[in-house]
Amino acid sequence: MDEVIRLAHGSGGEASRKLVGELVETYLKNDIIDCLDDSAVLRISEGRLAFTTDSYVVDPIFFPGGDIGSLAVHGTVNDLAMAGAKPLAITLGLILEEGLPVADLETIMGSVSRAAAEAGVMVVGGDTKVVERGSADGIFINTSGIGMIPAGVELSSANARPGDKVILSGTVGDHGVAVISRREGLSFKTDIKSDSAPLNALVEAMLGASKAIHAMRDPTRGGLATSLNEIAARSGVGLLIDEAAIPVKPEVEHACEMLGFDPLYVANEGKLVAFVPREDTERVLAAMRSNPRGRDAAVIGEALQESPGQVILATAVGGRRILSPLSGELLPRIC
Amino acid sequence: MKFASEFRDRELIANIAANIEKVLGREWTLMEFCGTHTVSIFRHGLKSMLPEKLKLVSGPGCPVCVSSKRDIDRTVCLGDYPKGIVATYGDMMKVPGSTMNLAEKKARGADIRVVYSSYDAVDLAEKNPDRKVFFMGVGFETTAPASAAAVLKARELDLKNFHILSLHKITPPVIAALLEGGTEVDGFICPGHVCAIIGSGPLEPVAEVWKKPCVVGGFEPGDVMQAILMLVEQLEEGRSEVELEYFRGVSREGNTNALAMMDRVFTTADTEWRGIGTVPGSGLVLRDEFARFDASALIECDIETTPDPPGCRCGDVLRGRMTPLECPLFRKACRPESPVGPCMVSSEGSCSTYYLYAGDDNG
Repeated sequence: MDEVIRLAHGSGGEASRKLVGELVETYLKNDIIDCLDDSAVLRISEGRLAFTTDSYVVDPIFFPGGDIGSLAVHGTVNDLAMAGAKPLAITLGLILEEGLPVADLETIMGSVSRAAAEAGVMVVGGDTKVVERGSADGIFINTSGIGMIPAGVELSSANARPGDKVILSGTVGDHGVAVISRREGLSFKTDIKSDSAPLNALVEAMLGASKAIHAMRDPTRGGLATSLNEIAARSGVGLLIDEAAIPVKPEVEHACEMLGFDPLYVANEGKLVAFVPREDTERVLAAMRSNPRGRDAAVIGEALQESPGQVILATAVGGRRILSPLSGELLPRIC
Repeated sequence: MKFASEFRDRELIANIAANIEKVLGREWTLMEFCGTHTVSIFRHGLKSMLPEKLKLVSGPGCPVCVSSKRDIDRTVCLGDYPKGIVATYGDMMKVPGSTMNLAEKKARGADIRVVYSSYDAVDLAEKNPDRKVFFMGVGFETTAPASAAAVLKARELDLKNFHILSLHKITPPVIAALLEGGTEVDGFICPGHVCAIIGSGPLEPVAEVWKKPCVVGGFEPGDVMQAILMLVEQLEEGRSEVELEYFRGVSREGNTNALAMMDRVFTTADTEWRGIGTVPGSGLVLRDEFARFDASALIECDIETTPDPPGCRCGDVLRGRMTPLECPLFRKACRPESPVGPCMVSSEGSCSTYYLYAGDDNG
């Protein structure tokens, strides 16, 4: 392969055909994509289909614990999983900046391949465009995905009910802090890795323990605080959250103190928050803790009849306050 | 979350709260001078643990908030300097100027970069010898020594292209100005990090001449609660002294090395505080010896500085005369994504703190 991406790689001509052919052959080989037809053709059984899309512009493209390739797979797989769907297939749209080292592109494609294999999802189609130097920043990726929702599963951010326990799958703030720690002009020494990971196996285990789970969200941009507010507002319930029960890694806490961030607003890429009927809580929690993505799962609060739409935080030191959604912009280009 | 520190110990803090309740006789108004204190009070929900008779108001201790609109306008104009780079702390980007803020100026093509320390700006100058780097020096005694160090470093490296626009301000004169202007504040929670530099000595006139007790407090919730208790005790006992809660970092003399470095590079001058007006001797400007590093000499600015928008009560908020909840624009025209006044811009501004942490009825 060439050393850097040139405009010709996006021309639709011979250079494009060669690049795409090699990438697909090396990283994405499967029966469907190998056809290189205009559309992927999938066979599905009857039922409900979940369908989602997301674009990835993270800066920097390589960060501790992942890169834009793994992130683009995890993000879309997780969006499907939050609907209770079993991810079936994703597409991969690449926007490349002229001059991108092909070695970087290969590293990213390797990540895509491994992330898709781990999540058990096929990459069934894609597209590659090249723009002039300065018109993009290295690489942007769009992934779209479809998944099948099993019968009996009814997850929606509008379905939380008073009495539900709020379960968080693990520590918050890891992804945002890992990415920001590698930003130009702000490099600081930290061992924190992004939590970027596929959550579909965890969700499957949870739904195996109880199909009655009401709502799930993966708290990405805007962090846990924003996801909780969205569910409180959409479901018309109040939430009482116990700050002391929210797991935060000490390194993340310290980095946030230094940067003036609140970990509750920092992005995650491998965590979920679930609203579970009280009587199923222990079963779901046990199922989560036996999955590597849910080892640190904890009950962090409950949904109330009172104060619909509001999230109240019982602070670790014994005070109480409102937990607002994120306003303005915390960190641009975090995913 | 668990912070392994006695300053976040739940029982200890509950004890302090119970003591405050016990000692408190009448209504008192305390001012937390510094935005970092305001954030700590709200983030940990401390108001919910305090008796209603005790009123806390915020002070002018947010450097972003008190930078004058004229100074923002002048920095915007620096963005037009041929081959110039403006280097600023990120919080300054969205402070409204008369025509635009720095973020808008950047969007229109000016080379404005966010730096995280004054040395980053010196680095920029060193790496771009054909450009002029203008560093926007903002902050109180906590950041002024770092700006002084950057100027000394630039001189050591013999950089001809590093310039600083010093908007630095010092705190004792503005406390004096607040007191002279008349205030309902009965006592001050004073900022531990500023006092770690200047020492507690400069606060003595506040306690001795103005008879307003001062407690220098740290920023952990336990620190803040303890400082409040110490102030209430002084007030109830009729004492007015400078006391240290923040004994971990503060002496009477302060950090003499940092003070000496500041004094070597800067001298005081009258300066304008947004919302408060000109405060004599409260600004830091470069000494003549360092004049060649002074960015203000290179500014040509024809922006006509406009008065603050009608309704914006930032000045009253900064003087502790009202809380943001009493401002007619709060949560309406003025929000973090479209701030009218500077108190809504900085993460440590009173208005943005109230916006994020206080419910409508949780002032």
